[in-house]
Amino acid sequence: MAFILSFAALIPLDSLGHYIHWGWVEISVANFIIIILMIATFIAAITAPFPGRRRRKENR
Amino acid sequence: MSSSEIERQWTTRLRHRVEGKLPPEKLLPDTQPNYVSSWIYVFGVATMSALFVVIATGCILALRGPQWWHGSAYGHFINSLHLWSVEIFFFSMVVHLWGKFAMAAWRGGRALTWMTGVITFLASVATAFTGYVSQSNFDSQWISTQAKDGINATGAGAYFNVLNLGQMLMWHIVLLPLAAVALTALHIVLVRIKGVVPPFEENPVVENAEVTQ
Ligand code: HEM
Repeated sequence: MAFILSFAALIPLDSLGHYIHWGWVEISVANFIIIILMIATFIAAITAPFPGRRRRKENR
Repeated sequence: MSSSEIERQWTTRLRHRVEGKLPPEKLLPDTQPNYVSSWIYVFGVATMSALFVVIATGCILALRGPQWWHGSAYGHFINSLHLWSVEIFFFSMVVHLWGKFAMAAWRGGRALTWMTGVITFLASVATAFTGYVSQSNFDSQWISTQAKDGINATGAGAYFNVLNLGQMLMWHIVLLPLAAVALTALHIVLVRIKGVVPPFEENPVVENAEVTQ
């Protein structure tokens, strides 16, 4: 239990959330990070080689 | 019973239809086309797996109740598994739908697959929102009192009252999960019936194309 609580202390949940203000755009930092991670994951998913995939040449 | 009578039974007709559209080797195929070996195809299954964990942990929460999930370490743990599997569920669903959008995966008569995806997405958002107001803590009180004005302004508040914990909980743990799971099942059956959409051709032959000058 003490171990779990020591993890919880890493993220201060008692303070106000952080927000990005950009013109009329307002987004919490947490949501912004998630969107960036989703875009990064999407790019990785279409570019990273898939294990076990045979090259085109070998197929022919 | 004569054989023509047997052929006319709805059970017989239904079986023939299912056998024709979705034979077992199409439902659980041994191999997939080469282009499927890409990470982008992993995200549909990741979404499905996350949904499985969401439902399983939700069932444990339902067994023990709010005092338990707020007041015990084990309860907190299952509650957190429920929340974080939802986060993974939405994360992979978004990457999945971006992937399908980029492939225009509604091609070749797959519009219904795409549309069941869209509706599953909307049903999942509604499930998440009713989940936030079902927590039974200060957070859910805050969210529901914020949400009520917007919803009342649309007139929907008479039928869908976010301040009514009983109603919200029923939507969250009965109606919306049933819809999300049923839609997911339909979505996946449609994918299996149609097979994975082939990639765009490198040099597409445009039929009946006429060069006008
Ligand atoms: C509960 C949410 C969802 C689950 C569990 C799910 C699951 C799957 C799975 C397992 C596949 C086959 C494997 C793959 O191609 O990744 C698939 C295909 C597909 N999904 Fe989803 N999906 C979900 C939501 C969505 C959404 C939100 C959309 C788009 C709006 C979408 C559009 C599609 C399309 C068009 C295909 C067919 C791809 C093809 O024929 O190649 N899905 N889905």
